[in-house]
Amino acid sequence: MAKFIARRIIYTIVMIIAMSVFLFGMSRAAGDPRLLYLNEYSTEQDWEAWGKAMGLDRPLYVQYGTWAGNAARGDLGDSMQHKKPSLSVVYDRLGATLLLAISATALVFLIAVPLGILSAVKRGSGWDYLGRTLALLGQTAPQFWLAIVLIIIFAVWLEILPVFGRGGWEHFILPSLALAWLSAAGLLRLIRASMLEVLDSEYVKFARAKGVGYTSIILRHALKNALIAPLTYSALFIAGFIDGSVVIETVFAWPGVGRLTVEAINANDFPLVTAVITLVTILYVSMALIADVLYAVVDPRIRLT
Amino acid sequence: MAVRDVTASSSVYEEKLRVSTTTRYWREFRRWPVIPALIILLLITVAIFAPLIAPKDPERSSLRDRHNPPMWMEGGSSENILGTDFVGSDIFSRIIYGARISLLIASIVLAGGVIGGTLLGLVSGWYGGQVDEFLMRFVDFTLAVPFILIAIVVIIVMGQSLTVIILLLVIFSWAGFARQVRAETLSLKEEIYVDAARIVGAPTTRIFLRHIFPGLTSTIVVISTLRVGALILTESTLSYLGVGVPPPTPAWGVMVADGRQYVDSAWWESLFPGLAIMMVVLAFNFFGDWVRDYLDPRLRQTA
Repeated sequence: MAKFIARRIIYTIVMIIAMSVFLFGMSRAAGDPRLLYLNEYSTEQDWEAWGKAMGLDRPLYVQYGTWAGNAARGDLGDSMQHKKPSLSVVYDRLGATLLLAISATALVFLIAVPLGILSAVKRGSGWDYLGRTLALLGQTAPQFWLAIVLIIIFAVWLEILPVFGRGGWEHFILPSLALAWLSAAGLLRLIRASMLEVLDSEYVKFARAKGVGYTSIILRHALKNALIAPLTYSALFIAGFIDGSVVIETVFAWPGVGRLTVEAINANDFPLVTAVITLVTILYVSMALIADVLYAVVDPRIRLT
Repeated sequence: MAVRDVTASSSVYEEKLRVSTTTRYWREFRRWPVIPALIILLLITVAIFAPLIAPKDPERSSLRDRHNPPMWMEGGSSENILGTDFVGSDIFSRIIYGARISLLIASIVLAGGVIGGTLLGLVSGWYGGQVDEFLMRFVDFTLAVPFILIAIVVIIVMGQSLTVIILLLVIFSWAGFARQVRAETLSLKEEIYVDAARIVGAPTTRIFLRHIFPGLTSTIVVISTLRVGALILTESTLSYLGVGVPPPTPAWGVMVADGRQYVDSAWWESLFPGLAIMMVVLAFNFFGDWVRDYLDPRLRQTA
């Protein structure tokens, strides 16, 4: 077990390093970084001075080393658009995204767990069809379009919820629902499949043969075993919010990190872009690490592969 | 208990005999993916013959006809069946041309992903060792990064063009193929007929082509049909974010994005293109599920 976790952690670190090399390469491929700061009125001396100050006269791997070293110490460069450290710009926007992510997570569990269980237990019933339809819709309709359809239905036709921006609790409903849908769909399908498998297992049949009541079987025997695997896996769904929040925050004009990324890209603010994506990648692969380790703890068979 | 079981099964048997002809036809109908296949066929036909089918020029704008509602609504006309967008282009015609670009990207990417993934998966599974280790780590890497964000960065740096988008999607789609093909190759490698071929001295290329590849075809077909929907979704998301298909080419994702700021007055501008995306993805997913069950039910557990 310790060996598995150690290998998985080393692998995660390698991933993060590979990602940082890629991002550094991209930021250099975008053109000479001096072009972002200097204009046509700058003199030759300015150009050289900036080059020295930024360390551009040194070999690329030294430049990367400096950049990565600073990044490891929490200095991801200054945002050009906001004229302050990228990290503090991200920090300012983090609150909005976290709030959205938390309410979306709550929604994922509120929708996926009961519906997943119900649709497996009452297979073929109205609940099953409802659950499967919601899951299908979440996985086939584009996220950005689902968000817009929600706006059309609830804000434009029914006029019961606000369209854009932030405010009271009612501003949370549509964005979190739109963000949660895709993950809820995935989790629901996993729970349904896992529950069906457990209900078909020998020990459930044995409990039934013994005369244990159906409700009791589901609550005390089946549920625990059926939920473990999907729930450990849910760390991955939450990681999926990262790509999702870019889309959802642009649809709802939500002032979070996802929208910040798009803004930074549009403003050509490359230091900020690399900062955001570095942080996001670290978060993403850490979530995957947690999911993998949890899964291995719960289901030791996984370590063999 | 036993007696009850016998009666139960015999009544089921009788029920089967009693079903009407329409029910029997309906059951037969349900066994085949008729509706998904029809939608896919429609998509392909529409994409190929777009200039003949589309009633209007999709890129023609008209200041007088901006935000016209669909024909069944008040103020709509049969001129623009699904209304017009913010520059007065015909939405129906744009959706038809949009099918073209979606299908074009999906098929090129799929071809690239299948060829690249199969070759590398074969090599990885057959030779093993360092090559395998390196390729599989690369596969893990591509499957473990937030794709949309990476794609945005690459497109900003390389410039927005169809080629870049297709290349990006290929790089990120071959990984899934490579992993599955590698797993299949590993098991096929152990087959006695492969050993026999090696013993009689068949060259490696011949073993690949004659002995391993035929065993892989059903897997490849199944994954490719299941992948199309996801590909179309990803491409439309990039287009929606403004880093996908460059304007003025009509792409469904771009159309949804264009209509977004007018949703409170002209909801049809975003609704219909998105509906088109959903229908097509739905059709491909259902069709893919059917192909999987038909060709290779073993994959059911993993998918």
